[in-house]
Amino acid sequence: MIETILSNIALIIGTTLMYSTPLIYTSLGGVLSENSGVINIGLEGMMVIGAFAGAAIGYFVGDPWIAFIGAGIAGGLFGLLHAFACVTFGANQVVSGIAINFLGAGIALFLSRMFFEGATMTKSIPLDNKMPRPLNGVFPDGSLLNIIFDNQYATVYLALLMVLIIWFFMYKTKYGLRLRSVGEHPTAADTLGINVMRIRYLSVIMSGVFAGFGGAAMSLAIVSNFRPTLVSGHGFIALAAMIFGKWKPQGALLACLLFGGAQGLAVFLGQFDFEISTQLISMLPYVITIVVLIGFVGKSAAPSADGIPYEKEHKY
Amino acid sequence: MKLTFKDLRKKLYIFATEKTIGFTLISIFLGLVVGAIFLAAAGFNPFQAYWVMLRGIFAKPSYMSYTIIRATPLILTGLSIAFAFKTGLFNIGAEGQFIIGSVAATATGYFLHLPLLIHIPVVVISAVLAAGIWGGIAGYFKAKFGVHEVISTIMLNWIALYFQNFLIYTKGFQKPGGETSYSIQPTANMMILKTWKQSEAGREWLLQHPFWKDLLRTPMNWGFVIAILMAILVWFILNKTALGYRLRAVGFNKFAAEYGGINVNKNMIISMFIAGALAGLAGALQVVGVSHKVTLIAAMEGYGFDGIAVALIANSNALGCILAGLLFGALKYGGTKIQMFPVKAPSEVINIVIGSIVFFISIPKLIKVILSRKNKKGSTK
Repeated sequence: MIETILSNIALIIGTTLMYSTPLIYTSLGGVLSENSGVINIGLEGMMVIGAFAGAAIGYFVGDPWIAFIGAGIAGGLFGLLHAFACVTFGANQVVSGIAINFLGAGIALFLSRMFFEGATMTKSIPLDNKMPRPLNGVFPDGSLLNIIFDNQYATVYLALLMVLIIWFFMYKTKYGLRLRSVGEHPTAADTLGINVMRIRYLSVIMSGVFAGFGGAAMSLAIVSNFRPTLVSGHGFIALAAMIFGKWKPQGALLACLLFGGAQGLAVFLGQFDFEISTQLISMLPYVITIVVLIGFVGKSAAPSADGIPYEKEHKY
Repeated sequence: MKLTFKDLRKKLYIFATEKTIGFTLISIFLGLVVGAIFLAAAGFNPFQAYWVMLRGIFAKPSYMSYTIIRATPLILTGLSIAFAFKTGLFNIGAEGQFIIGSVAATATGYFLHLPLLIHIPVVVISAVLAAGIWGGIAGYFKAKFGVHEVISTIMLNWIALYFQNFLIYTKGFQKPGGETSYSIQPTANMMILKTWKQSEAGREWLLQHPFWKDLLRTPMNWGFVIAILMAILVWFILNKTALGYRLRAVGFNKFAAEYGGINVNKNMIISMFIAGALAGLAGALQVVGVSHKVTLIAAMEGYGFDGIAVALIANSNALGCILAGLLFGALKYGGTKIQMFPVKAPSEVINIVIGSIVFFISIPKLIKVILSRKNKKGSTK
């Protein structure tokens, strides 16, 4: 009895990790961009282009890591575009982000039709060329650790590692301090000799890179191809997780795990022959998120200069 | 008076930077240029593609009718988002509010049996109320608990989507053997001349009048007229009423509004209610006018997200939403034509065009910089 309960919990933990991973990468991207003072509502579009680039490169080249990096570069290019508008030209950041979402979806599907004989779905990557599963078969069959880790792709561990790295970078290094100071008070940072423009550029580009990773974590690991409905809103959920996590990497991680956990629970409950419809169970992650927001989180505060374009020469 | 080249440049500069319409038109033009570059890079003839698209929008009465039918829900979701923008809220939830509206319309359209002239108003009003409440929930969460409306509306979108799918699998609502609901009663159908079109006399008359025959081939309905009336109403509420003044004051400066004695929380809820109602109306009109039922949806259909772009292109102007919605409807409908022979280009280029238009709209400074450099070179100073 206890064993079944434990193995079920292990199963839920496993699916939680799997579903949280793409969200973790993408919301880390959001953390970087917004802490430097640039709202990034374009995460969805960057994720879509990353998912496509990952699947397409994975299919043509065959190496999952090259594909993963390629996805990061593709996302980073969109980050560059967003930075170009927001940092150089003081764009309305929400508007630019919405534009990125349309461009990401449009360009991904356009390229898919060009490279995959008119199909909006890329061809499947052979199993051997998908992301490796480092702990596959390491633990004995049927053990709890095996249930949790057996099928986890390398992207899962890398995501957790990235949270640690970003946290360390933001709060323990001088570059992280600079990044945060640019997002809180760019004028003060500028007087201290920090190059506001450069830091914002780098942050927004890295934000795109991470969102691209997030997309590839779906198309190279969870599934093995790109299709128009693959990302469908996960970028927005990652955005929500980032706000939910109060603009901090560790907070975003927890929010993503909560969401992935609710999704894992939904998948777990879905396998039983309940009288409850699977459609209602699928609502669970979204309902839980709202309930948690209402009950426990309260008001969240964005970095002070988030969303405000910075101009060096103020006319007072 | 002689018009020199320099004057022309100056005029262009003023047109592009000081009048928002001029700036919007230039952004649209540049968006089409970007689309053309993508088409050309992929080996298609962009002029041919755009020509086919243009013909596909205007060449036949039925094409224009389809364009208008496509534009109708986008005008309304655009209005929904523009309205919320004006009051300082970002309504990403138009998508879900649209779903709630269409579900409510289908339910009241199918289950209720009412006389012809009463049924449609009942269906539409109940859908509008349901979606208004759905939107109001997000406003309430924000006012009462400080939950960011972007998060709550994103979550509510998905809850609405699964709710619709849940109902479609519910006995009594699901049409046996399909993944759709039952169709609404004929009394709730808003298609123009629906019964006459299929009657003996109607068919004969149409046979002799090819223009009308082609036009009435489409599910033409009163939705577009309602959408235009709504745009005027929204413009009126925002600009000519005390409620609109309060809502805009809250959007402009929350703290100043509060200081001036305006109940900010109440106005946030009202604003989200109205935004939800507008998106719900879009869903309701889609059901009574075009689809007559709801079907299983695997992913977001995009009425709400497209509405964001409509609102942005319209610069959150209520009347601008009509034009932006028509542009969007035309691009979307015309875009399907380039997928076919003879162009056979990916219709997704439309999303690239739309994305580029929105992108250029986000950076008015870019156009200013380009034109002012030219101005400087042109001037002798």
